[in-house]
Amino acid sequence: MKTYLPPKFIVERDPERCIQCQVCVNQCSFDVHHYDVQDDEIRSSEEDCIGCHRCVVFCPTNAVSIRKNPLDYRENYNWRPDVIEDIIKQAETGGMLLTGMGNDKSYRIYWDHLVLNASQVTNPSIDPLREPMELTTYLGRKPDKVEVRGGALSLNTKLSPQVKIDVPVMFSAMSYGAVSINVQESLARAATEAGTLWNTGEGGLHPKLYKYGKNTIVQVASGRFGVHNEYLDAAAVVEIKIGQGAKPGIGGHLPGEKVSAEVAMTRMIPKGTDALSPAPQHDIYSIEDLAQLVYALKEATDYTKPVSVKIAAVHNSAAIASGMVRAGADIVVLDGLRGSTGAAPKIIRDNVGIPIEMALASVDTRLRQEGIRNQASVVIAGGIRSSGDVAKAIALGADAVYIGTAALMALGCTCCQQCHTGKCAWGICTSDLALTKRVNPDIGARRLANLLRGWSIELKDILGGMGINALESLRGNRLHLRGIGLTDTELEILGVRMAGG
Amino acid sequence: MARRGAKKKADSFVEIDAVEILTRELNARLREAVTNGTKKIELRNVYGQRYIGTDLCKPVEIEIFGTPGNDLGSFMDGPRIIVRGNAQDGCGNTMNDGEIIVHGHAGDITGLSARGGKIFIRDGVGYRAGIHMKEYGDKKPVLVIGGTAQDFLGEYMAGGILVILGLNLKEGEMHRASYIGTGMHGGVIYLRGNVADFQLGKEVGVAELDEKDRLDLEKYVCEFATHFDYDAKEILKQKFIKLFPLYLRPYGRLYAY
Repeated sequence: MKTYLPPKFIVERDPERCIQCQVCVNQCSFDVHHYDVQDDEIRSSEEDCIGCHRCVVFCPTNAVSIRKNPLDYRENYNWRPDVIEDIIKQAETGGMLLTGMGNDKSYRIYWDHLVLNASQVTNPSIDPLREPMELTTYLGRKPDKVEVRGGALSLNTKLSPQVKIDVPVMFSAMSYGAVSINVQESLARAATEAGTLWNTGEGGLHPKLYKYGKNTIVQVASGRFGVHNEYLDAAAVVEIKIGQGAKPGIGGHLPGEKVSAEVAMTRMIPKGTDALSPAPQHDIYSIEDLAQLVYALKEATDYTKPVSVKIAAVHNSAAIASGMVRAGADIVVLDGLRGSTGAAPKIIRDNVGIPIEMALASVDTRLRQEGIRNQASVVIAGGIRSSGDVAKAIALGADAVYIGTAALMALGCTCCQQCHTGKCAWGICTSDLALTKRVNPDIGARRLANLLRGWSIELKDILGGMGINALESLRGNRLHLRGIGLTDTELEILGVRMAGG
Repeated sequence: MARRGAKKKADSFVEIDAVEILTRELNARLREAVTNGTKKIELRNVYGQRYIGTDLCKPVEIEIFGTPGNDLGSFMDGPRIIVRGNAQDGCGNTMNDGEIIVHGHAGDITGLSARGGKIFIRDGVGYRAGIHMKEYGDKKPVLVIGGTAQDFLGEYMAGGILVILGLNLKEGEMHRASYIGTGMHGGVIYLRGNVADFQLGKEVGVAELDEKDRLDLEKYVCEFATHFDYDAKEILKQKFIKLFPLYLRPYGRLYAY
């Protein structure tokens, strides 16, 4: 069938600059560039370009540029080019559209409507360059009250297991199979260096990465891939994955092509079969069932580590989170509307779930109202872009955040949303051995650790400006936030006052 | 802490009266006994305590008198559990290795996501038994059910061997489960007794047993018969069918690209 899809991008090559070195030909995993031997010229099949800009970055003479094809259809606010494109794709294939990364639609980003406070005159700001600033965060269930032994600084209260992180930013769950082993190694090493945690996702833990166990969160999800005693024992935290922001209520299908020998070994399934994660976990149909799995995992690890439960942020998150805490979750993770994925049905990614800011505010408020906020740490994920977002999230009630997309961007990702194809030209979301070599764990770990270092310094600056010297004092302190351009209802749910008020 | 009902006969054998001992304490006691090198544990008066056998990664034998609670042997890696009574939900959930032998029936999600070891249930099981069992290399879970199952038996199955004998079925009576093997993409189900096409998932094929199937089946039916004092030959006389996955990738065609 002749496709009616016009190219999305236009490839331009400056003949003055091009030296026919073929770097673009070799770098493009979507086969856009070809070398014509007879004419000694490079040509491009623009219809295959997905706009990842790998060739642009690697062209030694800056000869290549990729521009969006303007597609100047007759103006129509309803029938936009992206809408037309999806309809054409479905008319030509009869399938469900898959996509990668997070929701790219124009839903309101509340972080951009929240601003932070700073000290002026009435209380001095603190200079982080000369005074210690603390970002240390402990994840886990906190006691209702603490009894201190008389005189000495020691506790009578027996604490639940706590995991200490030096910066309140962790790496989101990205499974081996979805991302390559080099990406996971980069994440694990950066987390170790920065004193934070990375998350295996539900694809098991590669033997090579067991040594980073103290900085590892292992996931137990509906597919139960690679879940066994050593896996649970290796980790700092065990996380039950109920849902994912990019695809609430939807299971996962890692296509057979991505299940290489190594992926098969780590997931403990035969090579080349689809790794199917059912939509629900079939032993969890209720809060009581969740409690059963939480305690099964606590038993399996002899109550030595926190058990986290991750859900996608949906309409009733507050009530669900209350149930999760009562079911024994030591950490509640909320993954919002912008949460990313290696592959999800586009219609789900773009239309299901609620903004993380709203979910966080309502969950934190609800847990406080019920007097159980101390019983679990709250971690959020989905669209955190900067240390500014982190500070706002902490002020809104989060204990820590997960970053996924931002971490991948540190490794080169330009958010071209082709993760589901397994052809990532940046070597991130692929199991193609030639492509995965493009992420060098030495360099990858450096780039990620740099990002965390940069954010840490910024967070300390933000805190210092507020006259606060510990992140703990900002946590859930919504008086440090003001809203801009929000309705009364939005402000009420966020628990934040309007700027100027 | 006072140790209720602990009678230490010898280092290698421990008997625990579980009456009035809560789940967490009971499991702590089991962990302690196994760490001390106990090889055989008898649990008396078990009334619904959960997760028995979960964190005991050694080849110990636990004989349970009474009714163990949910998630018996979940994530289990090595022990052999014999239940003189019924098991409840989640028996053998995500089990890695070991053996569970139930002299009675078991509840829902028996053997869910099991990746190794063997489970023998003398009578029937509840809903969703054997969902998403999977195998890798020499890790191959086996679930043998003497009676019948409820719906969704072996759904999403990705590996292992599931045998359902239907010994409680009367002459001409049909199996009870529907959606058997829906989404199945690995492993095999051997089914004895009558089942109609509509009871099977769309992703399973039906075939006669070949030589290798026969050998596997005989092996596990013989073990079953030994555990529960049945005549294996008698069981094997009746016709079995083999249910197998039609596709390695049952849902590969849902997507546009």
